[in-house]
Parts: sequence; structure tokens; C-alpha cells
Amino acid sequence: MSTVGASGMPGASGGVGASRASATLQPEPGTAIGRFLSDGWIATRRNLMKIIRVPDILVFTLLQPIMFVLLFTYVFGAAIDVPGGYTSFLMAGIFAQTVVFGSTYSGSAMAQDLKDGIIDRFRTLPMNGAAVLVGRTNGDLVINGLSMLVMMGTGWLVGWRVESSLGGFLAGVALLLLFAYAFSWLMAFLGMSVRSPEIINNVSFLVLFPLTFISNAFVPTENLPTPLRIFSEWNPVSALVQSARELFGNVPAGTPVGDAWTAQNPILTVLIGIAVLLIVFVPLSIAKFAALGKK
Amino acid sequence: MPFIEASDLVKTYTPKGAPVVRALDGLSLQVPQGTVTALLGPNGAGKTTTVKVLTTLISPDSGSAVIDGVDVLADPDRVRRMIGASGQYAAVDENLTGFENLEMVGRLYHLGAKRAKERARELIELFDLVEAQNRVVKGFSGGMRRRIDLAGALVINPPVLFLDEPTTGLDPRSRLALWDVIESLVSEGTTVLLTTQYLEEADRLADSISVIDEGRVIAEGTADELKASVGGQRVALTLVDADETETVRGILQRHGTGEAVPSNESKTWVVPVDDGPTALSRIVGEVTAAGISLHDAGMRRPTLDDVFLQLTGHAAEDAAENEKGAA
Repeated sequence: MSTVGASGMPGASGGVGASRASATLQPEPGTAIGRFLSDGWIATRRNLMKIIRVPDILVFTLLQPIMFVLLFTYVFGAAIDVPGGYTSFLMAGIFAQTVVFGSTYSGSAMAQDLKDGIIDRFRTLPMNGAAVLVGRTNGDLVINGLSMLVMMGTGWLVGWRVESSLGGFLAGVALLLLFAYAFSWLMAFLGMSVRSPEIINNVSFLVLFPLTFISNAFVPTENLPTPLRIFSEWNPVSALVQSARELFGNVPAGTPVGDAWTAQNPILTVLIGIAVLLIVFVPLSIAKFAALGKK
Repeated sequence: MPFIEASDLVKTYTPKGAPVVRALDGLSLQVPQGTVTALLGPNGAGKTTTVKVLTTLISPDSGSAVIDGVDVLADPDRVRRMIGASGQYAAVDENLTGFENLEMVGRLYHLGAKRAKERARELIELFDLVEAQNRVVKGFSGGMRRRIDLAGALVINPPVLFLDEPTTGLDPRSRLALWDVIESLVSEGTTVLLTTQYLEEADRLADSISVIDEGRVIAEGTADELKASVGGQRVALTLVDADETETVRGILQRHGTGEAVPSNESKTWVVPVDDGPTALSRIVGEVTAAGISLHDAGMRRPTLDDVFLQLTGHAAEDAAENEKGAA
């Protein structure tokens, strides 16, 4: 630990005072957009490394959907009678629930990073603040992509089949992931708004249990009590589930579909939902991040 | 012209259901280029808040801050290109290795992939972390963690370094090693602002010390100037039995020129005196006559502890204990 100067001048002995022994490293020339993309990638990479380094996250993320597929197929499947069989009905619901839950990770991870001080480290660097959020939500997207793969494999083993086209299948997957991605921005915003990571977990459960269970994800909703049925019809998760079912071709004749506009136009409903989430929470989150030092 | 200049910084917080906290209450500060200034004070005094303002992490309610002619509040991005920050708040990523952390910081300074890697390798060597470089930081010892943290602040070899309590919680050996690094940086012309609760650290590293209490600078100068300002000699007595404190205090007060105050060491009381040897022999005589036994009795030059005590009316470490978490 003799000299701490920058490269090029190892061991150069110091002029104390006005002149320094070695120069400050200057950034490479670059455009604002190029730097933003680079920062976004570095932040994403950091979150991906965390998935690899903290296996609990990955194991939990992958095991939970497997458990849900098996549990619902064999426990509830025996009791719920829908045309085409319960497995076919269920899978889109499990997909939707899992990716929406997966997106909550952005909330708890933001809260945790704030608490740990890593966000403060980033904020002393000349990086783009929005890139931190891009990296965060990208990380969720990757985790969700992985859990989709695992769920589809498990679903296939218990008899789920895509009964549409390749295009329909890809569109269904894209819609699920995109909705979850948009939801991640909402969660990232909440993650910066709470005082501790524990709070965000509780908030997530309070919001997500009704959102995913009072929907058509696991049961047909036409027999629900009226208030719950109305909630379910206007619940964006219902529209997401319905869209995925249609795109995967899991809607055999006789499958009940609600009369509400949202049930008749599920894909459009989901796209509107995604747009609203992004239009509202991307700028809000970026502004919230920029204002972290103002409170 | 000072390299770092903060003027009249005010920062208030309003905790829920509690009165307004004035974390900074008109704090002003100048750090000349190529020197080390230490902010000395207990937890909650405003040290970290000051550093957070200067490193662009928080905006003050009022006041101004300038680093090398650049306005910190108006142009934070330019400031971020010339500072390195390390300490309690600016953490490293626990799930990355030491090398990955430094490389990431280099990339975020936009050095480019190649230079970021080169610089990370260089710093890993300088900080004796070659063997640990590919281990995740989570498994690092406290000393290694501080080194990687400090290395992170040095990635661009910045002209200005902010170190927030760089050695808090370190064992004495790691602390000495870190002091060496900081001294070597300063010898190369880096300007350093560091905060510390340790008087010894300020004494060793700093060209100038600003004593902070309740969000204001209450005294500044070199360690020697500060010691001289409280003046004179001191007599210190260490009791065997704390029950006899009151009697001993009375005796000390009678012979001293000021208030007898407890030192950090337990059962030790200190009083300023005019004529050291005479006062010491009289005090010891009286204490012995009163049948009180002592572990230790002696004269000492004022320490920064005494400075702090005299200026704030409370001991540095006591206050730190009382105000834990208030920062």
C-alpha cells in the first residue's frame, strides 16, 4: 500500500498542496443516451449477479410455482369442474399470479438497497438515477422469465398444452411478462416510499392476495357473490388471465366468460393496464429517486 | 481560496410527532487543497449530514457548498465526477466480489470496460486484497470491507475524498493500516474531509480539526491549537472505589482552576491546574490523608478529549452512547 495514484504513474512521489502526483481518471467520451444504456446494463447485471449469488431467491422463485401447479392441479382440481379440465383452466391463472408476485421483488429489493446504503453509493456516482430503476425492474423480468419456464415445464408434465399457435403462445408469454414488468415499476415506487423492507413485504401481500385470488385465476367467477364478482371483472389480473387463456388456446367451448367489457376485451384491457402503470409509475419512480435527498 | 467551502448550512428534519431536529444549524467549513480536515463530534452532531450535503446525497434547507469552484447544489453531476465517498452510508454490494464491486464503480464513472477492470486490479493490489478479490464481500472481515469501501472511493483517483468514520468498529491493527493509506493519499495531494468520533484519529490524521456539536462548528484549528486553547496542565486521579467520587471531586475542585470532570476511563477524574507538580502533590496528600486509595495519579497535557469536554460540556464518547441512532 505504498502509492495509491492512478495508473500510468505508479510510485510517483507527491507534490503536496496544489499539484497532485497523479491525475483524476476522466470518463470515456460518450453520449447521454449511451451512458444511460450502459448504466442500465451495469445495474441490471448487478441484480442478475444477486440471483446467482443468493440462491434462496432463485430456489424460492422456482419452487413456489412448481408447488402451486401441483397443489392446485391435484387438490383443487378434483373439486372444481370446468370444461376442458382444471389443469388447462388453471395454468394461465398460476402464470399470472406468479409473475405478479415476482414483480413485488422490486419493492423489497429497492427498500433493502436503500437501507443498506448501496443506493447512496450509486447516488455519489455520476450515473443516471433512472438506470438504477431500470436495472431493478429488468432483474425482476429475468426472474419472472425463469419462473415462467419452470412453470411451463411443470404444467406440461401435468398435462397442460398450448392449443393455439406459436404466435399465440409467444404473445401470451409476452403479455404476462410485460404486465409484471409494468407492475414492478409500481412496486419499485412503493419500495422507495416505505421506511423498511419489512413493511413493503406486508403491503405486497395485502395488495396481491385480493388482486390474484379475487379474480378468475383459480375459479370461474360467475358464481361469486356480486361485490366480489364485480371486483373480479374489473380486476386487471382477471383480464390478464383471460388473455393468456385465449392466447394459449385454453378456452374450450363452454368455458364461462363474463359479460363485462373487460371480460369481452381482455387483451385490450391488459394493454391499457400496462400503459397506465408505465405512464404513471415510470415518471413517478424516477422523480421519487431523484428526490431521495430532498426529504 | 479553500478547495471545499461550506457556508451557513442548515438542514432540519421533522420526525413524526417530535419537535424539529436541526441536524445542521448554520454550519460553515473551509478545507484548503491538499489538506486533511477532520469533523470531530459525537453521533448526531451533524458530521454525517455535512458529508452527505457535500457528496450531493442531500440538499440543505439553506446555505451553500462549493468544491473546487463547482457549486454542489447547482451542479451535482460535475461534483460527482471529482469526488470519492466512503463510509457508513456509501456501502458496497455484499453479493458482489471485491473485484466486481470496484469494476462496477469504474463502469458507473464511465471509464469503459477495459479501464474499469485495469483500475479495479490496481486497487485490489494496492489494498492487499488479491487473495480475497474473487470472494463475495459478505464474507469479508470488517477491515477488508473498509478497505474495499475505501478502494471504491478511489476508483477515479479523485482530487477530493470524503471519509465518513473510516475506522469506526475496526480493530487497532486495521485502523493503523487504514491510517497509512489515508496518509499516503494526502502526501500525493488529495484533499480529504473525514469525520470521526475518535480524538486520536483526528489528532493523527488531520491538519485541521473542526469540532462539531448540535449542527455547528464550535471550534476549529490544529490539534495543538485546540489543546492550547483549553490551556494548562491537568491532574488526573483514578479511584479504586467509585463510592469515594464525591470526596475526591471536592478535593480536586479546591486545588484546580476549573471544574473537575470525569474522563472516559472509568473512575478517572481530571481537573485543570495552574502549577502541575505542586497541585499534584497537594491533591495526593489530601486524598491520602482522607484514607482514599488510588490506582493512579498524575499530570497530563490536555488531550482532545479535554478539548471536547470543555467545549461541549460533555464527553465525546458519552454523548455518542446517549445519542446512538439519533444520527
